[in-house]
Amino acid sequence: MNLSEIERREHYLNVNYGIRSWLFTTDHKRIAWLYLLSVTVFFFIGGLFATLMRIELLTPQGDLVQAETYNKFFTMHGVTMVFFFLIPSIPNVLGNFLVPMMIGARDLAFPRLNLASWYIFILGGAFTLMAAAAGGVDTGWTFYTPYSSIYSNTHVVLTVVGVFVTGFSSILTGLNFIVTIHKMRAPGMTWFRLPLFIWAHYATSIIFILGTPVIAITLVLVGLERIFRLGIFDPALGGDPVLFQHLFWFYSHPAVYIMILPAMGVVSELIACFSRKRIFGYSVVAFASLAIAVIGFLVWGHHMFVAGQSVHASMIFSLLSFLVAIPSAIKVFNWTATLYKGSISYDAPMLYALGFIGLFTIGGLTGLFLATLGIDVHVHDTYFVVAHFHYIMVGGAVMGYLGGIHFWWPKMTGRTYPEIWARLAALLIFVGFNLTFFPQFVLGYVGMPRRYHVYPPEFQVLNVMSTAGASILAVGYLLPLMYLIWSLRYGAVAGANPWRARGLEWQTPSPPPTENFDRTPTVTEGAYAYEKDPEEIYTLGKPAHV
Amino acid sequence: MSKVEVFRQHHFEDVEQQHEASWLGMWVFLATEVMFFGGMFACYFVYKHWYLQAFAAASNHLDIWLGAINTAVLICSSFTMAMAVYSAETNRAKPLVRYLLLTILLGLVFLGIKLFEYHSKFEEHLVPGSSFKFEESLARPAEIFFSFYFAMTGMHAVHMIIGIGLLTALVLQARRGRFSVVYHTPVELTGLYWHFVDIVWIFLFPLLYLLGRHV
Repeated sequence: MNLSEIERREHYLNVNYGIRSWLFTTDHKRIAWLYLLSVTVFFFIGGLFATLMRIELLTPQGDLVQAETYNKFFTMHGVTMVFFFLIPSIPNVLGNFLVPMMIGARDLAFPRLNLASWYIFILGGAFTLMAAAAGGVDTGWTFYTPYSSIYSNTHVVLTVVGVFVTGFSSILTGLNFIVTIHKMRAPGMTWFRLPLFIWAHYATSIIFILGTPVIAITLVLVGLERIFRLGIFDPALGGDPVLFQHLFWFYSHPAVYIMILPAMGVVSELIACFSRKRIFGYSVVAFASLAIAVIGFLVWGHHMFVAGQSVHASMIFSLLSFLVAIPSAIKVFNWTATLYKGSISYDAPMLYALGFIGLFTIGGLTGLFLATLGIDVHVHDTYFVVAHFHYIMVGGAVMGYLGGIHFWWPKMTGRTYPEIWARLAALLIFVGFNLTFFPQFVLGYVGMPRRYHVYPPEFQVLNVMSTAGASILAVGYLLPLMYLIWSLRYGAVAGANPWRARGLEWQTPSPPPTENFDRTPTVTEGAYAYEKDPEEIYTLGKPAHV
Repeated sequence: MSKVEVFRQHHFEDVEQQHEASWLGMWVFLATEVMFFGGMFACYFVYKHWYLQAFAAASNHLDIWLGAINTAVLICSSFTMAMAVYSAETNRAKPLVRYLLLTILLGLVFLGIKLFEYHSKFEEHLVPGSSFKFEESLARPAEIFFSFYFAMTGMHAVHMIIGIGLLTALVLQARRGRFSVVYHTPVELTGLYWHFVDIVWIFLFPLLYLLGRHV
């Protein structure tokens, strides 16, 4: 029987049992599972708030909730989705699981720090959920001053503490990845043989460690202003609320690249595997990740074109924002070129990857609209912006995450998911997503502002379309939750390399042993040598010492 | 198993790789710290540029002598910290403990003087909030200056307290003879952290205390 085939061998899941063996584990693969469970919970909490908003927006009148409650809904939706799902999703789940495996290491450099980062994440999440339970917060996920620091009568401090604490889990994860990638690569795993997933995570880690501390100190200052009446952003004293916006976006714009870069890393792996080809222009794609991370730090001012920032600054930020589109476009062109004359198969992960390319392109191009000064003044704070960043964050980051979860599911669990259901879910998500968010581009362009619970009746048709799409999307997200859990017990045994992929993580059994590789592998080729057999790429070296 | 091997964690190939990883990890963490304090410094520079006169006047209300003494105390503590690392490297267990304790003592002296300064600011009504009093024409930006004063020195003090906690842990371990010429990475890394916190003060002192004398 299937069960015994996996259970006969000792691996990271059956090496020991019980709740303690999970809560005190330092195995990066088990910590990935801890994160997977937690971010899934936060995803559905954030989704719940989105559902409530979409129901309210079915009709032009405010018939479900009052304006104040609606403000709390979109704030809680933004805070949970951004800080507790999107930012940790791919790095802390897939990155945690895969970074050591892809480079041939036995664990991350600092396993205890890795576990600590999960507890910090949970602590931050607990603060935020406490704030939600105590009555919520209504500042928007951006915590703009002076509303957040002086006027709001909701639980700003509790939420800010939650986000502040969670930031340290990002910092520790980034630190761990950087050190691991520098110091723990297997023999022969040179920088330019690294999978692009690793390059993407390296670039993401740079943003983690250089951006996150800035939001941390900014939130500290807001908290001090609220509690002790320090007056750094207080206009009554001559303080500058726009300065807060500068600091906030110095982190929060790069944070968008924290969400999208790892997804790009996933997509590079998927496109290569399901086209059976080397990635076109490997080193260019690798450097594009770094370029996005670096230029991404210099574009924050495009969030503030109408905030009273100097016109000269706005022009420079506009120019730099156009610049960041170049490495992003390079990636899209290179993925497309990889598909060209590839032997393409349409398994569920590939459907997500192809969906990603299309939706990311739409999200990216509408980003150029918003980087253009004149157009931004017209569509600023409208649904056009909402649609744009959901194309990047949901159409991009979430598609990449789900594609990655499906692709590496056999490696994580040793079992395959039901392919038919997975393809159906991918299709539903793609259709539902577009139906939800494409109408919002139109809504925004004709003038519907974001963050209102009532609207003029002429906007209703598009809003009903959007809500209808959201319900399809919800079904699409619930399906994987069900069939993936089902597959844990009933899925077919996957074997070490069900996709016949060339990455190092596939050259060890599924699920992998605790130390990942029974013997330390030696690498002789890059990660995408699909024209060769895996045996030609990797040789197994001396036995790992125990 | 050689003596060095005892300290190797299972996931590293050898002790050297482990040492390099810890070392790099600490430097990456310090880069994070630079950005953390950098955010506050950037804000400070913006306001100093706008409200130079008020900032200078407010700066003159800080006790330059206490600030200077504290600077000297911290520089001395950096020296004792460096001597602690040197003692570990040269396998001298007793001086190691002594230098670590001395560093802790100097850190506490710094915090004591800082506390005294905070107290006198409280008495002089220079703490931001409803009781803040200052020469009327400059009062509002001066309140911003003191907001920075408390936020920046407060954050610095929090880092000092964490540092003293780390040093205390080192003392306990050093007493049990954990560190020697073959393994003393924690001493080195805590040293790096301690020096970093000192350097932050080296920037804070002129920005906060000397500004008024300079303008």
